[in-house]
Amino acid sequence: MRTFKKGGVHPNENKISQTKSIEILPIPQKVYIPITQHLGAPSTLVVKKGDSIKTGQLIAKSESFICANNHSSVSGKISKIDNFIDASGYKKPCIVVDVEGDEWIDSIDKSLEIKKDITLSSGEIIQKIKEMGIVGLGGACFPTHVKLMLPEGKKADYLIINGVECEPYLTSDHRMMLEKGEEILIGTSILMKALNVDNAIIGIENNKKDAINHLTELSKNYKGIKIESLKVKYPQGGEKQLIKALTNREVPSGKLPLDVGCVVDNVGTAFAVYEAVQKNKPLFERVVTVTGKSVKEPKNLMVRMGTPVNYLIEKAGGLPEDTGKIISGGPMMGKALTSLDVPVVKGTSGILLMKKSESKRNKEQNCIRCGKCVVACPMGLEPYLLAALSEHKNYEELEKHHIMDCIECGSCQFTCPSFRPLLDNLRLGKNKVGQIIRKRRKK
Amino acid sequence: MNDIIIYSVISLASIGVVAAIILYFVAQKFKVIEDPKIDLIEEVLPGANCGGCGFAGCRNFAEAVVKAGNLEGLRCPVGGNETMNKIAGILGLEVKESEPMVAVVRCSGSKENAPKKNNFDGITSCAFANNLYHGESGCPYGCLGLGDCVDACQFDAIYIDKKTGLPVVKEEKCVACGACVTACPRNIIELRYKGKKNRRVFVSCVNEEKGAVALKNCKTACIGCGKCVKACNFDAITLKNNLAYIDFEKCKLCRKCVEVCPTGAILDINFPPRKPKVIVDTDKKTVEKN
Repeated sequence: MRTFKKGGVHPNENKISQTKSIEILPIPQKVYIPITQHLGAPSTLVVKKGDSIKTGQLIAKSESFICANNHSSVSGKISKIDNFIDASGYKKPCIVVDVEGDEWIDSIDKSLEIKKDITLSSGEIIQKIKEMGIVGLGGACFPTHVKLMLPEGKKADYLIINGVECEPYLTSDHRMMLEKGEEILIGTSILMKALNVDNAIIGIENNKKDAINHLTELSKNYKGIKIESLKVKYPQGGEKQLIKALTNREVPSGKLPLDVGCVVDNVGTAFAVYEAVQKNKPLFERVVTVTGKSVKEPKNLMVRMGTPVNYLIEKAGGLPEDTGKIISGGPMMGKALTSLDVPVVKGTSGILLMKKSESKRNKEQNCIRCGKCVVACPMGLEPYLLAALSEHKNYEELEKHHIMDCIECGSCQFTCPSFRPLLDNLRLGKNKVGQIIRKRRKK
Repeated sequence: MNDIIIYSVISLASIGVVAAIILYFVAQKFKVIEDPKIDLIEEVLPGANCGGCGFAGCRNFAEAVVKAGNLEGLRCPVGGNETMNKIAGILGLEVKESEPMVAVVRCSGSKENAPKKNNFDGITSCAFANNLYHGESGCPYGCLGLGDCVDACQFDAIYIDKKTGLPVVKEEKCVACGACVTACPRNIIELRYKGKKNRRVFVSCVNEEKGAVALKNCKTACIGCGKCVKACNFDAITLKNNLAYIDFEKCKLCRKCVEVCPTGAILDINFPPRKPKVIVDTDKKTVEKN
């Protein structure tokens, strides 16, 4: 069975919520919609306090190249525009909407019927995706239209759809593939047309056999789409790892997937693209997994952007008493939240509640030079060395040892028998080296 | 037998002579002519190699001074006026006396004033925590208390007070090299004039949030009310982004701003306790006495 070669670990899968079908979460009384929900330049606000807005209405406009539009997820009145803590751990400008009913803008096609014919041309599709504010729903939130606009002279020959979901606990993509399979395949065809490629591969890990069978069955009607089953291994959902697993091409250090002729998008993104292009629906809701060993009713919920996290937790049976950590995302790469009022954004794939005993860090011991982290690193780096260099603030040497290639997957820290905080040090070093490189480029 | 000894001595000696001649000419050719002043100045410098002057070490500073030919913008903060006068003497220049400086921690968000709202269990590095989130107290501008400044200090002049969780500068040891200023990811530490009899008045807060928001996380936050600006007779205080700042060059240490600050964000250091008769209000008297 296919997989990537270098490194990787296999954490307990714990996919508790994989049998739970997607439920639509009722809209809360108040939502906090962050103005910028993507990676790149901030969007410019186009509404003001006191405005009445409808669901799907544009609230923030993209004005630079790597930037995305942002739409309202509810209808109601804007009661406040202020800074609130979001999943990044810092205060970001948000608009607060007092919800009144759920009135959608007229251009959205609300019918449930599946629209298969792709009438738009390649350029029109990209324009539409840009208009509807589609970003990568895997977690990084990179604007999708930027990925689709190929620089001159470059050609993609594979579109890769990421249905791996290698993070333990999370099941939102899995449920999407089971319940919205047809839409995902149409979305894939749309992306293929936009990129002008003939081949698309949907990579799915082998622990989701039902999704593999379902999509394989459906894909017979679609030209050029292949479903590939992959061995279960973390971090297979990483762009570079997935390309290696599916096409056996290696993205060189410091290069992009496009340099080896691949474009990677998440299954959630493919679904959002379908809705944007065929149904005119902007990206304002997504599937979020609420899960954890102590959670009463783990769920996969269709959530409007801006819904506070505690509203989701309440719907999943309330906050368990011995909760030690609440994580936005998966246990490997997710980020602990400091407040329950943090809103769901385009990049929130799951809310994971950890028990106190689970979330406790083990006491750090000395490095015994066992080399397990080197074996586990999917990028072929030497985490023990990088962490030590970072501790000693030796940034020149860090750069020489390719710290900028680190994808922060946490495999090294996961596998370390001495419980050393390798990833913490790597992140610190990567951040510092990044600053130094940016400063150098400016000169 | 004797022959062997004689031959080897002669041949080795001749190799030595030839090598010495070559080395002499090579040394002449590649001779580096250095200003002897550099050595003299380096001797005068403290030799801490702290980098407070902006150069990699004392030798680099000495070279820069000699090369520049004047002392504009060049200063050894560790040696202070004494050292600078000596350097000026060597170079035959005049030096402007400048007031000694000291590092000042501008945050009063102690464990009591800004209680913990979450637990941080990552590595003990302020830079890391600052990249991650707003911090344990919830104040996105406040001190994280993980001690990057302590690590940066080469003079053992700063330590984290375990009671308050805030860094404390040992005035007698601080040489104002500025290592902690650059190490602090939140720009809390500032170099200010040491002041007459070590007396200083400064705003011990860098929070730029609106008053009510800042107060939620910390009792002693500057709320940007502007009372101190009005109270100041010397135009030393400016209000920008909801934050007051006292210009240490203009401040005359009259302490009027300290009296009016409603949150106690302005600190006066090393002043004798106020005389109770100054204050008429009996309620305030007890407060001030304490």
